[in-house]
Amino acid sequence: MVKQDSKSLMIQASGLTHYYGPYAAIEDVNFGVERGEVLGFLGPNGAGKTTTMRILTGYMPPTRGKVTLDGFDIVEQSLEVRRRVGYLPETVPLYTDMPVNSYLKYMGTLRQMPPKAIKRRISEVIDVCRLGDYRSTLIGKLSKGFRQRVGIAQAILHEPEVLVLDEPTIGIDPIQVVETRRLIQELGREQTVVLSTHILPEVSMICDRVLIISEGKIVAEDTPENLAERLKGSEQMEVEIGGPVSQVLPALRALKGVASASHQSSHGKEIYTIQANEGQDLRDEISRTVIGAGWSLLSMQTMGMSLEEIFLKLTTHEEL
Amino acid sequence: MRTVQAVAWKEIQIYFSSPTAYIVAMIFLALASFFFVRDLSNPFPQASMSSFFQGATIILILLAPTLTMRLLAEEQKLGTIELLLTSPVRDWEVILGKYIASLVFLLGTIVLTLYFVLLLVIFADPDPGPIWSGYLGLILYGAAALSVGLLTSTLTSNQIVAAVVAMGILLVLYFTDFAAGTLTGLPATIVNEIGLKSHFDDFERGVIDTKHIAYYLLLTSFFVFLSIRALESRRWR
Repeated sequence: MVKQDSKSLMIQASGLTHYYGPYAAIEDVNFGVERGEVLGFLGPNGAGKTTTMRILTGYMPPTRGKVTLDGFDIVEQSLEVRRRVGYLPETVPLYTDMPVNSYLKYMGTLRQMPPKAIKRRISEVIDVCRLGDYRSTLIGKLSKGFRQRVGIAQAILHEPEVLVLDEPTIGIDPIQVVETRRLIQELGREQTVVLSTHILPEVSMICDRVLIISEGKIVAEDTPENLAERLKGSEQMEVEIGGPVSQVLPALRALKGVASASHQSSHGKEIYTIQANEGQDLRDEISRTVIGAGWSLLSMQTMGMSLEEIFLKLTTHEEL
Repeated sequence: MRTVQAVAWKEIQIYFSSPTAYIVAMIFLALASFFFVRDLSNPFPQASMSSFFQGATIILILLAPTLTMRLLAEEQKLGTIELLLTSPVRDWEVILGKYIASLVFLLGTIVLTLYFVLLLVIFADPDPGPIWSGYLGLILYGAAALSVGLLTSTLTSNQIVAAVVAMGILLVLYFTDFAAGTLTGLPATIVNEIGLKSHFDDFERGVIDTKHIAYYLLLTSFFVFLSIRALESRRWR
């Protein structure tokens, strides 16, 4: 086995394209993942996340393009690649008629781990995934959240260098979601993790870097913080003020740092939407102006753009 | 090779822990005894296993596919195929492991029918030749039937479809001698030679012909090979 360039990135994908019949699931996708990095693929359903994951794990070859993982070509040296990858598919693949520990033992044998290592690792991953009380329970009898844990347990069993998790928190209850995320963060300290999700807060919580993928193409790539920053542009506020509209509106517009202000009444409330220039905090200024003029300040709310909105913006309108 | 073993062992465990396999084995034994008794209960009883073997070939057409239908269809339905195909295991190792498991279970079931032989030996004086050659033939025949089931199970995620299609293929192969009867010359010979049944009759008579052994082994390897290819092709679909 010849490693191609061992010092470079852990995963390097170039020109990745996959067709299902005439339909391109992903088209010309390029990305790299550094060792020890946690990379998140973010995109709506059908964006091509699962296709990308399946290619990375050697489940299917790309129609075009090339991927190397730890220097091994994903098509030519598929077995080497598969030895280094732990994979949790979107539908957690479990043999429902096997107990947890037999299942893990089977997976260990398939990954060609030495029997001693299998035994040691099974008790380790059972601890890590907190499955201690269920080691001899039939998988079919476990709840969704526990099945997810078993799925993660099998993925990390052979201490893979790369962990690929496809929608790891889908369909489990909120408490388990938090636990699963914590687990992934812990794993991410030692391993390279590639995960996909359509839940925004998840990426900002777990990932070092995010690739936003839409309709089979990567539309943005950055750290979660930078992405938020890049798209922030201006900040929006909603203020409810008691006072004559004809006077309030010009007064607001006259304030320094206000880019624009508009008014609307709803249910007898006078709501002003104020667009601030970048990086300006206007709350102080506005409250003083309103009180000073003898009007009443009834409510004030900043509408900082959430990642969710960024996401909508990214995947529905423009390209960066 | 360890992975073949692992796959086979896991499947064997599932056979022994699931009711389906026991039901299949039970039905096989019940029907087989039915056929066995036929030889003994006619006016001129014979201490032979001939009817049993004849009957077993028909029963196997129906039962072998029910043993194999789960093998890959279920993996595809559960999505565990994704695990298998992303583990460092070669496709042929998966197929071979699964096939071996089904073969082991079938052999186990066939071994239980040795009880009939025991009865014959105790109460009569059977000719051992046709019995042993018959068993050899039955095992080869069963192995071929299982390989057909294996292929159909690889091609679909629906176990029922897998079983029914396999039964269909086996029935066609079984009744080729009917079709051969309507033909003449070379086509008749070819159609006859393809048939599952025409190769079995010699075994039952006590004749071990390498031609027939080669036929079953070839048929089995052909279907196992196709199964491997079918599994590989999943990656490209």
